[in-house]
Amino acid sequence: MIKKLVYILMLAVTIWSCSSDSDETLQNKKITINFIHEWDGTLVTKDDFNDIKFKNENGDSLSIEKYRYVLSDIKLVDPSGFETPLKDYLFIDLGEEQNLSYSLEELILDRTYTLRFTFGFTDEKNQDGVYLDLNTASFNVSPGLGGGYHYMQFDGKFKTETTTTPTGFNYHVIRAVDNTDPNNLVFQDTSFTVNLADIWLKNTTETINVKVNIAEWFKNPNTWKLDELHQMLMPNFDAQVLMNGNGKSVFSL
Amino acid sequence: MKNAWIYSFLIFILISCSSEEAVELGVDNGYTPVQIELEIPQLFKDKLLAPNIPTSNPQTQEGIQLGKKLFFDPILSSDKTISCATCHDPQKAFTDNLQFSKGVNDGIGTRNSMPLFNLAWNFDDRFTWDGKQLSIERQAFEPVTNHVEMNNDWKEVANRLKNHTDYPELFKKAFGDTPIDSNLVVKALAQFERTLISGNSKFDKFLRGETTLTSEEQNGFDVFMDESRGDCFHCHGSNNNPLWTDNKFHNNGLDATFTDLGLGAVTGDANDNGKFKTPSLRNLAFTAPFMHDGRFATIEEVINHYSEGLKNSSTIDPLMKKVNQGGVQLTDLDKADLKAFLLTLTDSDFTNNPAFQLP
Ligand code: HEC
Ligand code: HEC
Repeated sequence: MIKKLVYILMLAVTIWSCSSDSDETLQNKKITINFIHEWDGTLVTKDDFNDIKFKNENGDSLSIEKYRYVLSDIKLVDPSGFETPLKDYLFIDLGEEQNLSYSLEELILDRTYTLRFTFGFTDEKNQDGVYLDLNTASFNVSPGLGGGYHYMQFDGKFKTETTTTPTGFNYHVIRAVDNTDPNNLVFQDTSFTVNLADIWLKNTTETINVKVNIAEWFKNPNTWKLDELHQMLMPNFDAQVLMNGNGKSVFSL
Repeated sequence: MKNAWIYSFLIFILISCSSEEAVELGVDNGYTPVQIELEIPQLFKDKLLAPNIPTSNPQTQEGIQLGKKLFFDPILSSDKTISCATCHDPQKAFTDNLQFSKGVNDGIGTRNSMPLFNLAWNFDDRFTWDGKQLSIERQAFEPVTNHVEMNNDWKEVANRLKNHTDYPELFKKAFGDTPIDSNLVVKALAQFERTLISGNSKFDKFLRGETTLTSEEQNGFDVFMDESRGDCFHCHGSNNNPLWTDNKFHNNGLDATFTDLGLGAVTGDANDNGKFKTPSLRNLAFTAPFMHDGRFATIEEVINHYSEGLKNSSTIDPLMKKVNQGGVQLTDLDKADLKAFLLTLTDSDFTNNPAFQLP
């Protein structure tokens, strides 16, 4: 609270000074965030679905049939650390072209910003059954795994040298949970924060293009082998930790 | 001053608009239909988005009453033998127990009749097994003229209704002086259909803390929710989605080649071949036989299908597991418990609701 007051004071001072040297003006801006999905630089849209045409780091061929995920706590952070919240959470569905672009108006200073968001929900926000749109979309995690929500559902089919008939994979990302003892679930919060830095916002309409490189889920730092890990990954604690490792390089500017 | 003119013009427009609206709702004959809200179960309010009611067809007491009468009245069919309820029987959760329903002159279709409930929560507004009907209203046009269903034409229907002893008055109460035609008939039917809400099964009571599950039912629910066993919840809802369907289209591995293309015939996209709408799992006790072509007579057969009967095809859903072995091979115990759980979704208050019976 104090922090906020101090900031507003600082802001006021800044605005004051602005009128003289007009360096950083406080301005209502229309900000549009586009989520542009790609496979190592090649654009991916729903028209690319259902075709086993992507090759991952390990050399497995695969298709995409469903790709949807949650980003939460989306905000802009300025160099002083002050945060402007933009959206509580966003449910992005590539196949249904839902929320691929998100616009809002915000009164902010002309500055450079970091776009910060959480992939999935932190434990604190990952409350069971509370998000009605996500319930309606059946994005929940079962009570046996502690409830809450999926972070991502990524389904498709793959082929490898050993798996010669196209076979389904369900790359479902959730909070890692060890359910060896069903009465004593052990959790690890595998949501993660993404910081996309140095975004100059100085005009009244600004567009931020966030690249979402789907191929990164399979390569960095863990080379993913679909033969070994393709289904029943939700109750697989170790698989969730690997996903958490790979997801951090998916988003870039 | 100029503004004053603009404002009075605006007000004038508003007034004329509102009276137009009123005509539609029946004010002209000195009678306004009573708008009523859907009775939404608390669990649905807590868990789901608000239902979809088009502004062009608000729910009114008179509209629903009329829709109900029409739903049960064989007057809509050419030989006056078939009503909507012939194939959508309230005692059977608004379906019938035939593989393919019988229409006029014993005409037989190629799809299993569908149960009707919780339709207002189908947010994509795609109805029938293949999703070809894009709203409840539009769907209702179809059976009346379908040759193997009611085999009638709308002019004839409108004439019969206009010359009927009761209908003109009922239409007037619901829709004012608008002449009786197919548009009003489907609006009334849709209003009635939206009131068909099923939300009081044993499992609903369990979620409300009013009852407990047996250990078999509880294990069955766990099988349903467990990705390494049944994994039904990715498509069929959960404790947090009391619709027990995602209202989306999938190929759940029934066939290797398709005689009925399903969604694919509607979209023209080969990637949609063999995909059908996920049905709700509520009220299975009343709705056999199962699947779009009614191929399974029992819940056991359905469970065996998912457990070891899966057939591969290029559009099979990636959620189907171990397809080359026919499925995940549930144990006999898990199968029996899964069935016990599915039967907790039976809602006899719905099938016995007096508001839904033959008037
Ligand atoms: C002869 C039997 C028959 C009659 C009569 C009939 N239906 Fe149906 N109904 C069906 C069948 C079969 C389907 C599935 C059709 C398909 O998928 O192609 C269906 C589907 C529906 C659906 C879609 C439900 C969903 O969840 O997608 C609605 C709504 C419906 N009928 C309403 C009506 C109404 C209203 C009437 C009367 C005007 C009516 N039906 C008359 C057999 C019938
Ligand atoms: C990939 C999504 C998906 C999964 C997972 C799934 N189903 Fe289905 N289910 C469907 C679809 C789609 C249909 C309709 C298929 C058709 O008629 O062609 C269906 C039909 C059914 C029916 C028939 C209902 C009726 O009214 O005809 C039952 C019962 C059923 N499923 C139970 C289950 C159970 C139990 C499981 C878990 C073992 C399960 N389903 C898993 C999509 C799914």
